[in-house]
Amino acid sequence: MHKIVKTESLAPSMFLMEVEAPKIAAKRKPGQFIMLRIDETGERVPFTISDGNTETGTITIVYQVVGKTTAQMAALKPGDSILDVVGPLGKPTHMEKVGTVCCIGGGTGIAIAYPIAKGLREAGNKVLSILGARTKELLFYEDQVRSISNELLVCTDDGSYGQKGLVTEMLKQLIDRGEQLKLVVAIGPVPMMKFVAKMTKEYNIPTIVSLNPIMIDGSGMCGGCRVSVGGATKFVCVDGPEFDAHQVDFELLTKRLASYREEEAKSYDLYKHNCKLGRG
Amino acid sequence: MDAKERMKIPRHKMPEQKPEERRKNFNEVPFGYPEDIAMEEAQRCLQCKKPSCMKGCPVEVNIPAFIKLVAEGHHWEAIKKIKETNSLPAVCGRVCPQESQCESMCIVGKKGEPVAVGRLERFAADFERKAGKAAKPDLAPPSGKKVAVVGSGPAGLTVAGDLARMGHKVIIFEALHKAGGVLVYGIPEFRLPKEIVQAEVDSLVDLGIELQLNEVIGKADTLDELLQNGFDAIFVGTGAGAPIFMNIPGENLIGVYSANEYLTRSNLMKAYLFPQYDTPIIKSNVVAVIGGGNVAMDSARTALRLGAKEVNIIYRRSKDEMPARAEEVHHAEEEGIIFNLLTNPIRYIGDEKGKVIAVECQKMELGEPDQSGRRRPVPIVGSEYIKEVDTVIVAIGNGPNPLIPNTTPDLQLNRKGNIVASLDTCKTSKRGVFAGGDIVRGAATVILAMGDGKVAARSIDAYLKDPAWWDRPAPEPQPEKKKE
Ligand SMILES: Cc1cc2nc3c(=O)[nH]c(=O)nc-3n(C[C@H](O)[C@H](O)[C@H](O)COP(=O)(O)OP(=O)(O)OC[C@H]3O[C@@H](n4cnc5c(N)ncnc54)[C@H](O)[C@@H]3O)c2cc1C
Ligand code: SF4
Ligand code: FES
Repeated sequence: MHKIVKTESLAPSMFLMEVEAPKIAAKRKPGQFIMLRIDETGERVPFTISDGNTETGTITIVYQVVGKTTAQMAALKPGDSILDVVGPLGKPTHMEKVGTVCCIGGGTGIAIAYPIAKGLREAGNKVLSILGARTKELLFYEDQVRSISNELLVCTDDGSYGQKGLVTEMLKQLIDRGEQLKLVVAIGPVPMMKFVAKMTKEYNIPTIVSLNPIMIDGSGMCGGCRVSVGGATKFVCVDGPEFDAHQVDFELLTKRLASYREEEAKSYDLYKHNCKLGRG
Repeated sequence: MDAKERMKIPRHKMPEQKPEERRKNFNEVPFGYPEDIAMEEAQRCLQCKKPSCMKGCPVEVNIPAFIKLVAEGHHWEAIKKIKETNSLPAVCGRVCPQESQCESMCIVGKKGEPVAVGRLERFAADFERKAGKAAKPDLAPPSGKKVAVVGSGPAGLTVAGDLARMGHKVIIFEALHKAGGVLVYGIPEFRLPKEIVQAEVDSLVDLGIELQLNEVIGKADTLDELLQNGFDAIFVGTGAGAPIFMNIPGENLIGVYSANEYLTRSNLMKAYLFPQYDTPIIKSNVVAVIGGGNVAMDSARTALRLGAKEVNIIYRRSKDEMPARAEEVHHAEEEGIIFNLLTNPIRYIGDEKGKVIAVECQKMELGEPDQSGRRRPVPIVGSEYIKEVDTVIVAIGNGPNPLIPNTTPDLQLNRKGNIVASLDTCKTSKRGVFAGGDIVRGAATVILAMGDGKVAARSIDAYLKDPAWWDRPAPEPQPEKKKE
């Protein structure tokens, strides 16, 4: 059992949760993830660790409510518990001083981009960050990211905050003004990562993305998390989660993520229905 | 009764669910022997002075002794006798390949059908469980030594049980949220009810063994960290848990599963109870299962129970070469699984959504024997055909999981990535670290994994009592054993 010590709403349907997991808190490195199972009948679901505290023995995850499990999580309060938390899993981000790097976070990806940007800054890089969201209220972690960035660009699709536009347009601005980007790290929705990858490929800038396929065990046993990278099949949970963006088959990832759309919808609807009944 | 009379008693069938019924449920297929039948079957044993059956048992169960006790109605004593050497009898009685082990050597089998050793073992174990109390073995006084067991499959459980009996403190680290390894995530409920595995695990916990679930060694702690943190020895029994794919086009389409994923979803995560349980599994109409081992049979029969209309086994050799247990092939046939032998998939075809809709197969013929001693399948040119399917389950084998090897540089591996350990001692190249089961042998069997567990427990005990044991010359490590 892992006690929840803090919950916070970051944006509509976007939440933060701090859970007790002392060993993971002590071990975790940027880029790694956990698998959790909320209760006996729950699924095993992966979440990237966005922060942690060795002293309090807690780790932080950020999630968006998209289905039953995340809706259930959002209903939990401090003092409640999560049944199983496994980790830290996956390979940590390779931290190296390369010069100027650009870290791009979109949606919940912001929470994952943050520790990586922080690590890259600590490794001595000049960090230019870009945060993007559909609209103002979906943006979070702005101050945190700013505090570890040499410069931060913020954009929204509808122009309600920051510049109006997509993260790719912000990236273009940086390139156009002559920033010598040695590395781009892009984390967010699959289409966003795909378009960033397409663009940086044109400019020949090495780019890393963090992938989030469906996982079951998270330790290389099931093969459910497989993706195609450079034509070879990789297991994201042990070979990743980070890969060379220019080699990733995003189409395949998108399709495989949709494997259980119907079942997920069914399970979520049932949950919502039961919740309403429960509230009477 | 004299030997002649005994030989005349025919081998008793085990009553089981009818195929038409069982293909619709996940309940266990065979019901087990009722007491009177078990006692009659036990009469068939000739009580050989030099029992050849025992030569076929990797954990050295005293077969004639326990069978005699069953014949006399002393079932409680019978299970105690078995448990002297076998800590998972209810499991072994169900899934051991007895026909190629103890029973294949039984003298009665020379003329007729061998004594049903496996079914009798199952009877004794079930008798104990139904009695609601476990035959608890005596424990040696605490030695003050602490051993880490990585992986809770049959190898890990066996070594843990034996070490606890020898007085050592044992902590089992398991990556998943349930103990049992393949017994809980792989082998389906209808062949091995999960409550039986749980009961066996519980009786180990009763011996004072600590279980730390959700702990992935190599990630949470490395072997070196365990050794630094006060463990005197480590046993690695992490199994063969990395699915192998054929690397043919379309293998990543939606609906193409590894058997591990398919079975884990169904067994461990209870997808067959969706949406009561949250883990989904694809609903299939026509399924192709690639492979001919137990894993393939289990996958096929699971798919059937999950509602598939048609399930096809696709296997590249002939039925004689199938590695699956004869009993399970027979069960699968009875349930209506279709066998496409001497057939191999060459690519999978998908629709625009990336979902598999067909498999292209090629017929094979048997050529010259290969390294495994079996005749090598050779493709027949021009024999390709397309079969429409909506689910594919790839069950062609498992390789070693790389997490521990990757984080333990001084652990010697073989060409395939399995840990090199002596089969006589389970000693690895790293001081204080022992290994056994599928991680050493490649995908093998429950009983061989348990046999390794026994050997390892003896070695670990010797090492803990006298660290100089490690440096004594031992038989050369045998890196590779022929398998499948
Ligand atoms: C579907 C299926 C059906 C089978 N049917 C039969 C049968 O009928 N008869 C038979 O004899 N054999 C059968 N087998 C083979 C048999 O199950 C295996 O040979 C046996 O389970 C191997 O035991 P093991 O202890 O070596 O490993 P496993 O049972 O594989 O257990 C290994 C355990 O280690 C854990 N682990 C792995 N890595 C780590 C880590 N880094 N940290 C912590 N824990 C870790 C795993 O989660 C797992 O629980 C079958 C196998 C499968 C897959
Ligand atoms: S070989 Fe057969 S008859 Fe002889 S002791 Fe063993 S089981 Fe009994
Ligand atoms: S989640 Fe099972 S192999 Fe990656």
